[in-house]
Amino acid sequence: MTSTTSIVSAPIEVLRPPAAPRRSAFTVLFGDLASAGITIVTGGLLVLAVPKMLEWAVFDAVFVTADPRACQGAGACWAFVADKLRFILFGVYPPEEQWRPLAVIGLIIAGVLMTLSPALWGRRLILGWGLLIGAMLALMWGGFLGLAFVPTSSWGGLPVTLLLAVLSLGLGFPFAVLLALGRRSAKPVARVLSVFTIEIVRGLPLVGLLFVASILLPLLLPADWTIDKLGRTVAALTVFSAAYLAEVIRGGLQGVPAGQDEAARALGIPYWKTVWHIVLPQAIQKVIPPLTNTAIVMVKNTSLVMIVGVFDMLNAGRSAATDPAWPAPYAETYLFVAAAYFLICYGISRYSLWLERRVRERDYR
Amino acid sequence: MIATSQLRRAADMMQEEPAVRIEAVHKWYGAYHALKGVDLHIRRGERVVVCGPSGSGKSTLIRCVNRLEDHQSGRIVVNGVELTGNLRNIDAVRRDVGMVFQHFNLFPHLSVLDNCVMPLVLARRMPHAEAEATARHFLERVRIPEQAHKFPGQLSGGQQQRVAIARALCMRPRIMLFDEPTSALDPEMVKEVLDTMVALAEEGMTMIVVTHEMGFARRVADRVVFMDQGEIVEGAPPEMFFGSPASERTRAFLSQIVH
Repeated sequence: MTSTTSIVSAPIEVLRPPAAPRRSAFTVLFGDLASAGITIVTGGLLVLAVPKMLEWAVFDAVFVTADPRACQGAGACWAFVADKLRFILFGVYPPEEQWRPLAVIGLIIAGVLMTLSPALWGRRLILGWGLLIGAMLALMWGGFLGLAFVPTSSWGGLPVTLLLAVLSLGLGFPFAVLLALGRRSAKPVARVLSVFTIEIVRGLPLVGLLFVASILLPLLLPADWTIDKLGRTVAALTVFSAAYLAEVIRGGLQGVPAGQDEAARALGIPYWKTVWHIVLPQAIQKVIPPLTNTAIVMVKNTSLVMIVGVFDMLNAGRSAATDPAWPAPYAETYLFVAAAYFLICYGISRYSLWLERRVRERDYR
Repeated sequence: MIATSQLRRAADMMQEEPAVRIEAVHKWYGAYHALKGVDLHIRRGERVVVCGPSGSGKSTLIRCVNRLEDHQSGRIVVNGVELTGNLRNIDAVRRDVGMVFQHFNLFPHLSVLDNCVMPLVLARRMPHAEAEATARHFLERVRIPEQAHKFPGQLSGGQQQRVAIARALCMRPRIMLFDEPTSALDPEMVKEVLDTMVALAEEGMTMIVVTHEMGFARRVADRVVFMDQGEIVEGAPPEMFFGSPASERTRAFLSQIVH
C-alpha cells in the first residue's frame, strides 16, 4: 500500500517513445554480403555509364546551331530538337496556322485544371468538356470565320496525342459504366452482352483493333460511308479503353455494400439516380489507383496509332528524325518525346495520389 | 387502372382498412421456404414488435412490406395499394413506408445533411432549399443538428442510426419499418436510439419493429408477434405475450432471451 502512495505522489515522468535505431550509411550499403554485392555491382555500372551519358548528353552535345553540319561530333544534337520542335509538336499542320493546335493544347490544359477539384464534378463539368472538345475539334478543322480548312490527315503531334487520350478515355468512360453495370445486372441479356463485349475486346491486342478499325471497317461498310481515319482510330481506342475501364469500375461496384442500393430503393430513389449519385461516386473512390493506371496506359497506348499512319507525337518525332540534312538524331528525338510522355503520366500519377489522400482525409469508411 | 392517389383516398375513407395487410404470404429463396403462409394485419397507428430466433423470417417479412424482397404467393396490401410486379404500385408504397436498417446504410460519401437532403431532391424532386429545411427539422428532432456537416464515418453508431431515422422521416412516411435497429450498436448507444423510437411511437406513427429489445416491446408495443421457422406462432399485447404466452415455442424463446 505504501508503494502505491509513493507512486501517486511522485512527479509523472513524460515517456517518449525510444528513438528508432539509426543505421549508418555504411551499414546500409555494406551491412551484409548481399547488400555489399548489390552496392558494388550497381556502383560499378554507374561508374561505367554515368560519365559516358554526361559526355554524350552534356559535354560533347551541341545545344544551339542552325547548321546541321555542326552536329557531326560524338555528342548529342539537341539543336536538332530545337530546330524541329514545331514539327515534333504539331506534325505537318500548316506552319502559319500552328497557333491553332497550340491553342488546343492550352484548352486541354485549361480543361484538365478545371477538372482537378472534385468539388466541381458533376453534370455541368461534363457539359463543359463536351463544349471544350467541340471547340478544339472546330479549331483544328477550321473552315469557318476565315480559318483555313485543315483535314485530319494534316493533324499531328502533341495535340493529336492529347486529343486521342482525352477522347478515348472520356468517350470510353460512359460505355465502361454501362458495361460494368450490365455485367452485374440480373437481366441475362444485359449480362451476356456485356461479358461478351468485354471479353472480346480484352482478348484482342490494341494493334489488332486499330487494324480492324482502319482497314477492315471501310471494307465492310457501304462504299459511300467514309469515316475519317482519325475518327476510326478514336473509335478503336474508345472501345479498348471502355473494356478495361469497365473491369476497373466493376471492381469498385463490388466494393459498394448491397445496403447502399437497398437504402436508396427503400427511399424511393429511381435506379439511374441511385447509380449516378449514390453508387458510382463510392465505387470510383474505391478504384482511384487502378483507374489512374488505366489512364496512364491509355495515354501511352495512343502512340500505337503510328502503325495505322496517324501522326501522333511519337510518329511526328520519328519522321522529323528522318530528315537527311541532319545526322539521324533518333536518340535525341525519342528522349525528348519520352520526356513529354513522362511529364504527362507523372502528372496523372501525382494527381491521383492527391485525390486518394483527400478521400482518406474525409474519414471515409 | 386507377391512379394511386385515388386508391389512397379510397383507403383513407375506409377507416377499417388496415395500414398493412399481409395475407397467406409465402416466400422461397431458391428451395428454402422462408415464409410459410404468414397472415398479419396492422392497424393505423399500431406499433407491432416482431421477435423470434435468427432465421425465423422476421427480417424477410418486413423487407417484403416495401418490396426489398418479393413474395411468391399471397397478398401484401399497404395503405390500400397491393404490392405486385407493378412498378407504380411499388413506388407508391415506398413513398408511404420508411425503413431503418441494422447497419444504418447511410451514404458514406455524403454529409449527414446531404444524406437527408439528397433523397428528397432525387426521389421527390423537392427544391434544394425546401429539402434542406426539412432535413434540418428532422435532424433537430433526432437531436443531432450540430453534426449536420460531418460525414457518417465521423459519428458514433448511435448517432448514425439516429441520422438514418431522420433520413427516413424526411420522406414523411406513414409507416416505419425497423429491421433490428439496435443490433449493430455498442451497448451504451442502444438507449439513445430506442428513446428516439419511443418518441416517434408517442406521436402515433405506425411502426413494425424487428428487435430483441424486450424492454422496448413492453413499453411501446401494442402487439408483440413471435415468429419461428417462417411462421407466426402467436401475437398478443405485451402483458399477455410476456405474462402468459400461449405456445411452448414462445416460452422456450422467451426463457432464452429474458435473463
